[in-house]
Amino acid sequence: MSPEHCDKVLLLQAEFDGELDAAAAAEIAEHRALCPICRASWAELRRVREAVRETASYHSAPASLRAAVTARLAAAAAEPGLRRLVRWWREALSGVAGAALAAAILLALWPSGRQGLVEAIVDDHVRALQPGHLVDVASSNRHTVKPWFAGRLDFAPPVKDLAAEGYPLLGGRLDYLGGRAVAALAYVHGGHRIDLFVWPQAGGEEAPQTAERHGYNIVHWRQDGMALWAVSDLEPDLLRAFVRDWRAPSK
Amino acid sequence: MAAERESSLSTVVLPHLDAAYNLARWIMGGAEDAEDVVQEAMVRAITYFPSFRGGNARAWLLQIVRNTAYSALRAKRGAPLVPLADEVGDGEDPGTELVDPADDPEVALIRARDRRRVDALLERLPLGLRETLVMRELEGLSYREIAEITDVPIGTVMSRLWRARRWLAGAVEGETK
Repeated sequence: MSPEHCDKVLLLQAEFDGELDAAAAAEIAEHRALCPICRASWAELRRVREAVRETASYHSAPASLRAAVTARLAAAAAEPGLRRLVRWWREALSGVAGAALAAAILLALWPSGRQGLVEAIVDDHVRALQPGHLVDVASSNRHTVKPWFAGRLDFAPPVKDLAAEGYPLLGGRLDYLGGRAVAALAYVHGGHRIDLFVWPQAGGEEAPQTAERHGYNIVHWRQDGMALWAVSDLEPDLLRAFVRDWRAPSK
Repeated sequence: MAAERESSLSTVVLPHLDAAYNLARWIMGGAEDAEDVVQEAMVRAITYFPSFRGGNARAWLLQIVRNTAYSALRAKRGAPLVPLADEVGDGEDPGTELVDPADDPEVALIRARDRRRVDALLERLPLGLRETLVMRELEGLSYREIAEITDVPIGTVMSRLWRARRWLAGAVEGETK
């Protein structure tokens, strides 16, 4: 690597990649004519492009993969889950879109570390919705679910029974988020699954915040030394109502 | 109704399946892992499709593929979520992560026209630089599209591309003269 450097190299590269408008392109062309570093850099960019485009492997999808994907997409058409999501989307378009947009804007303001976490939480929730993946321990009884976590986690997650409020407990499972094992509690409300992820987090209390990702709603809050994340395809208001009931002192 | 949406999902996904697999392959390294990632990404694409607002289908799909691949890498390494961004070389000083090709005896053997050698060179790039270069040179994506897919500012895309290219230039130069 040559030690010379010109502070216009990123502009030069942008011109090389066809990213500049005509005026900026003309300016950098003029500069290049006078700057030996940029002329050398240009030649270098061309050499690398040639080596990569003409020589590096382009991995086309194998025929077996293409067949499997085509079949999977066809099968998806028959799934009621997709139809439900489509209906949700249509409804969202007609009214809830404003709320979802507000939530998405809020999400954009969250620290970027959290956005990765939000993505991971939605991923986990979606994975759990696949057949056979919802819970490791299936029980509506918190006295069964809570002890199940003992020995599997280094903390005791709060397990609440909210059947009376309309959120029967389906069970619990172990998940892996943010580099640690966490408890996931599964609830159901009117046919919609709610996953509640719980792990210990130092720091103070935090009031619930709402976000939306890929059509799923997420509410995050902190209480009693725990970070809690609820995720569901329930509408934001209904998910917030679940969180309100969950946060209410146990009866 | 659902069939109508499904057929448009096929329309969105299938034309970009090669791009999806190529990106997965360059991120994951192995063919088997890449196929798993694409399959898993399809499940996510089906799930997320209702929130796809039209527009750039390739960028939408590649973003899902990349997220899926990163999840797979995380699961493999058991590594924490957040530090992954640093691992891929967000630091401004390229010297901390890339060995100068002139000082690297393996790299000195590279033949520019030798596919295996060029592939091996790309594989030596840190993940963040490699995926950016693959998207620009092999997929022809714009800075904006790459920024969207990798969730970083355009300036970061530009500096990653520059660092990847400088390093490769040193390596290729090392043998042609």
